[in-house]
Amino acid sequence: MALLTVTDLRTHFHTRSGVYRAVDGVSFSVERGETLGIVGESGSGKSVTCYSIMGLIPQPPGRIASGTAMFDGIDLLHCRPAQARTIRGKRVSMIFQDPMTSLNPYMRISEQLIEPLLIHEKISRAEAMKRALAMLEAVGINDAARRIRYYPHEFSGGMRQRVMIAMALITQPELLIADEPTTALDVTVQAQILELIRKMQRELGMAVIFITHDLGVVSGLCDRVLVMYAGRVVESGGVRQIFYEPRHPYTRALQRSIPALQQKGAELYTIPGLPPDVSKPLPGCAFAQRCEFASDRCRAEPVALSECAPAHWHACGRVARGEL
Amino acid sequence: MADPILELRDVKTHFPVYQGTLFKRQTGAVKAVDGVTLSVGRGEVLGLVGESGCGKSTLARTIMQLVPTTGGTVFLEGKNLTASRAGEVRAMRRDMQMVFQDPFASLNPRMSVYATLAEPLHAHAVCADSEIPARVAELMELVGLAPRFMQKYPHEFSGGQRQRIAIARALALKPRVIVADEPVSALDVSIQAQILNLLAQLVRQMNLSLIFIAHDLSVVKHISDRVAVMYLGKIVEVGPAVEVIDHARHPYTRALVSAIPTADPDKERSRQRIVLAGDPPSPINPPAGCAFHPRCPHATAACKQAVPALVRVDAAREVACVRWQDL
Repeated sequence: MALLTVTDLRTHFHTRSGVYRAVDGVSFSVERGETLGIVGESGSGKSVTCYSIMGLIPQPPGRIASGTAMFDGIDLLHCRPAQARTIRGKRVSMIFQDPMTSLNPYMRISEQLIEPLLIHEKISRAEAMKRALAMLEAVGINDAARRIRYYPHEFSGGMRQRVMIAMALITQPELLIADEPTTALDVTVQAQILELIRKMQRELGMAVIFITHDLGVVSGLCDRVLVMYAGRVVESGGVRQIFYEPRHPYTRALQRSIPALQQKGAELYTIPGLPPDVSKPLPGCAFAQRCEFASDRCRAEPVALSECAPAHWHACGRVARGEL
Repeated sequence: MADPILELRDVKTHFPVYQGTLFKRQTGAVKAVDGVTLSVGRGEVLGLVGESGCGKSTLARTIMQLVPTTGGTVFLEGKNLTASRAGEVRAMRRDMQMVFQDPFASLNPRMSVYATLAEPLHAHAVCADSEIPARVAELMELVGLAPRFMQKYPHEFSGGQRQRIAIARALALKPRVIVADEPVSALDVSIQAQILNLLAQLVRQMNLSLIFIAHDLSVVKHISDRVAVMYLGKIVEVGPAVEVIDHARHPYTRALVSAIPTADPDKERSRQRIVLAGDPPSPINPPAGCAFHPRCPHATAACKQAVPALVRVDAAREVACVRWQDL
């Protein structure tokens, strides 16, 4: 059985200018020990999906309009808050994009590192400190015994991200959700952090949901990939299926717009237009307005995910009908 | 280079570091740019890459004379900017304009597109006031925005459109050099491609020289004719874009290229990666000798002794590494 199964998740934001359907019917599952990449542009709903699972959506204005998120037999979206708290931060942890704003600037690293242990485990302070120190060493911070007493501002961006990873992993979670953890970092530091996540995953055997907009990062790290657009899943499958046999026109367009894969000096391929306004009703395919293959039927009829190969799903009506 | 439009000779920009609360005294300096010699040809795109903190943005600001230079000279069309009076520099800015990274921060939220684009035309009195609306409309069309949006404000535009406004503002005075400091880093992949295409098209159309700063090497390789790699305030390698990126000579350039993940799962999983240890060192107290030696996999005792000079290794390439011949 899958570790986490999300079914028909809909997260809407009720604002004065209308209802924004940030996540609009997303389903996926994560197996134990596997790495799932969620890819999409800003505003595609990839972060909101994970925030919903973690119970981090401010309500109001947010509302989880429908859906379930079954984690090991417990529905994280509908269980009692006390029960959710025993899972969140213990069995499911999260790391965020900007390690400066997600660490508390007033607390020493040591205090922040032991907090999840003191909350979730019957453990003495001294014992917790020992585990924190070992964890800090495991994530590759030199001179950890001295640095554990530092404040966040005394670390560089890459080091802060290491501290955040140490904090997320100290309770030995079964699932780590990483929301663009390397977007704010330099490529050289990004390579270090990705290597660290791979290493910790091997050692702890945890599953990882990796949210990113960078297809390059996904290709080296993930087993399976979910491509999101305007709050919906447009394609999902194994990493080789997504990269070598993409079916949905959006996935193909996204790949074609990577500069590294194009001929130097030639005009870069671009996707015309902008993502749709998710506060307006979208009866058909969300990508239809920008899709070079869209027909009238695409704009009018809702499309469901269909399986084109084992475990490879896409939401393109024309591909499903064999027209493309 | 024969007849460069912009030339830097041993340019240094240091920021003083003070200590003490009551009696402040200077205890050191951040050597953000520390002896850069570079030239940019007419109609050439020079890519400038490096990690954050390597001084690439300070170098851009130094070229624009937005920060005072500590040493060295900047020549624009043979005229020494560092020795010019403030008024002369202002006049020279007509020929040299800048595009910034964050189009959310670099546009005044209280100025409409019209006001933003009309301001440089006014300030430099390049045309009669009655001609300004027509010029603004022309500029908007040039960057792919419909002139009917002239009276709108920045918040009504998306990130990509805002960057187009910022580019239009830089082009208003028909400059010959544009310095673009990470102009696509804040944008999504699909929007990034649109802005890159626009810049490449404008460079061709107006015979602009472009200094394109980025940390994304694949973007730089695509748009640039030549690439300069910076590390801790110094240029470590410079040469033709494809050569520098595909056949890097300096170990730092190699590590930088190797750190970029490729969007191809099979290649990505089988290739050899050079993962650099640690962060770039502090520019206040740079390591002795080659600043890269503590992180360099090929460092020897000699690397700790003297600062390597940029030496010409072939017709168009210069590398600052004592071991370039053995590597």
